[in-house]
Amino acid sequence: MSQEQILSSDGIPLEESLKKAERKNKLKAVLLVAPLFLFLLIIYVFPIGDMLFRSVDDRMITKMLPKTFQAMENWDGQDLPDEPVYKAIYEDLKYLKENKTYGKIIARLNYEKSGFSSLIKKTVRKLKKIEEGNYKEQFIKIHKRWGQPEYLVALKNAAPNWSYAKYLKGMDMRFDQDRNIVQVEEDRRIYKILWMRTINVAFWVTLFCFVLAYPISHLLATLPMKYSNLLMICVLLPFWTSLLVRTSSWMVLLQQQGPINDLIVWLGLAADDNRPELMYNVIGTFVAMTQILLPFMVLPLYSVMKTISPSLMRAGKSLGGTPLVSFVKIYFPLTIPGIGAGCLLVFILAIGYYITPALVGGASGSLISNTIAYHMKSSLDWAFASALGTMLLVGVLAIYWVYNKLVGIDNIKLG
Amino acid sequence: MGNDHFVRFENVDKSYDGKQLVVKGLNLDIEEGEFVTMLGPSGSGKTTCLMMLAGFETPTNGQIYLDNKVISDIPPHKRGIGMVFQNYALFPHMTVYENLAFPLRVRKIPKDEADKKVDKALSMVSLQGFESRMPMQLSGGQQQRVAVARSLVFDPKLVLMDEPLGALDKNLRESMQYEIKHIHESIGVTVVYVTHDQTEALTMSNRIAVFNDGKVQQLSSPDELYERPVNSFVAEFIGENNTFAGEVTDVSGDKCKVKLNSGAEILANPIVAKSKGEKTTVSLRPERALIDPDTKMDNNHKGKIEEVIYHGDHTRLRLDLLGNKQFILKVPNSSNRMDIKEGKEINIGWNSTDCRALDPK
Repeated sequence: MSQEQILSSDGIPLEESLKKAERKNKLKAVLLVAPLFLFLLIIYVFPIGDMLFRSVDDRMITKMLPKTFQAMENWDGQDLPDEPVYKAIYEDLKYLKENKTYGKIIARLNYEKSGFSSLIKKTVRKLKKIEEGNYKEQFIKIHKRWGQPEYLVALKNAAPNWSYAKYLKGMDMRFDQDRNIVQVEEDRRIYKILWMRTINVAFWVTLFCFVLAYPISHLLATLPMKYSNLLMICVLLPFWTSLLVRTSSWMVLLQQQGPINDLIVWLGLAADDNRPELMYNVIGTFVAMTQILLPFMVLPLYSVMKTISPSLMRAGKSLGGTPLVSFVKIYFPLTIPGIGAGCLLVFILAIGYYITPALVGGASGSLISNTIAYHMKSSLDWAFASALGTMLLVGVLAIYWVYNKLVGIDNIKLG
Repeated sequence: MGNDHFVRFENVDKSYDGKQLVVKGLNLDIEEGEFVTMLGPSGSGKTTCLMMLAGFETPTNGQIYLDNKVISDIPPHKRGIGMVFQNYALFPHMTVYENLAFPLRVRKIPKDEADKKVDKALSMVSLQGFESRMPMQLSGGQQQRVAVARSLVFDPKLVLMDEPLGALDKNLRESMQYEIKHIHESIGVTVVYVTHDQTEALTMSNRIAVFNDGKVQQLSSPDELYERPVNSFVAEFIGENNTFAGEVTDVSGDKCKVKLNSGAEILANPIVAKSKGEKTTVSLRPERALIDPDTKMDNNHKGKIEEVIYHGDHTRLRLDLLGNKQFILKVPNSSNRMDIKEGKEINIGWNSTDCRALDPK
């Protein structure tokens, strides 16, 4: 390890002079990368971090009932708590009433245990009647639920700053009163169905895309330039058209009085008064998403097939392989990097697809992304939307990981 | 079909676009065990002929026979013809062993027998021990050997090679030429070889078919081709060549008088131009003309040295001779010819038999 220090001709250690010489280049490189880096940081890293944070953030209630939770720390959660807890609740509620912000905690507590809504409202209404001293008794008098330990346990359960309850909800599970994780009631299990449907749709759309794209890509890669360019434009033209326009065109085509249904009736496959529903269900989602995601399969496949020399197939045939054998043993294995890239791309895009299922999917064709949007826009449960988003992200990363294990990520070729 | 040739092209035409013939009325016979090279400039139709023989192109007209059978209706994979491609066409996702075993596996040859054949083929190209390598891990020359071994491993009677050495550097190309030649000699397989490199063709072949313009210009052995080209394209294409354009003024026996455009007259050997008044291009190999010849030669003319190019073992002179300013002369490098200088006038002599009166260009 004893290495003699090498000096450059002016006597400065070589390493140092090299650094000096490279400094300018490095600075240039950093400056060139900086805009992209900042861009990624601002629109990618921060939002995802914020999403992760929101999905577990449960500090709102902690902040609004600070004294209560502080007092509850000394309570074992078995029998009813003692006077100081009730006093703290009184003080917190009083403060909230004065600021008229108690409404926020009602929803949160009601989520913990139903019945809190009326309990808090009634208590707040009668707050001014409460006199100093003996709060416990007065509270139980206002509402008998203050005398039931499970409500106070539920209140204590809301105390931690962080909670993964939203993730449980996304998997149709919840905490029961003893903080055990249990499945929600059978008739309320909607998210599992939604996840399964999303994965199902993504899988089939990927498969349809693959089946349709493989021959097209092969044709694109082998046709003479003038025809392949034309075909390429046909593939890319929809790609350049607005997503909304394409989805709406599918709505025109697929509706019950639309041309496709007209054709089906004209061919005698269905009676005029019994036209099949091609839209507002899973069929519409399949059809429209396959068409829209097709270029994402064609392009990686094409770029891989373009690099496969036609002489390989010829070699296979000249060596005695039938066209089928040559295809299976030679051509197909060489396209696997493209298949991997295309399938991964389409699957990942499909699993988080929003506009198309929202417009043509109807109730039975809506996917997890539509639910996320619903919780963002309508129910305003951003924490839950964030949790679902995070679960989706983790799912995608898991697929990526599995793919890497099976095929190897460096086997991917996007072009 | 009464013919005894191993491969036979009979009046074969080929057109890709219906407007131009790439191959025109081609007739070509190849005997079993021969090494035949199709030589020609690019676009001369030689590769097309090879592809028709392999089955990747169909003749527009005419028939191709292999072993006395018409092969037009036989798909490539049933023809049993080995082929070496321009860029080797090794299967990049298979090891060397798998590449070689491919033709055996599709023929359902049992594994132990296949292993023996693969081993034999690899030893033929001295690549034992490389079985588990991937093609990408091999050098260009090694890939080339694998490609050759693969084309031979299933014992085809005919092997086609489409410019197989084109991507190799000069030294490697030369050693591979000998190697392929020796393999051909030792196993007696018929080889049809396509190249545009004349030295390659001259080194390796039993016979060479010179292609130009979709036609075979001459089909003969390498020495014949060089010494006795039948037309000015072949003379020009094979080796170095000095030409004089002129007109035949007199023919007597195996000699003819040619009046050159510069006014001078030379004696030539009437090959194509055989009668008085015919236009002709006279062809003379550089090494057949001598400076101040000791023996009597029937053509003797004065020329001026325009340029001297030193080549180590020989010196190349560019002369202005009888109106041809591009006349090339090769002088072996020896101490007694140090007087060669630019601008000097020297005496040049050659025999009329070496000076062939061919078709005009």
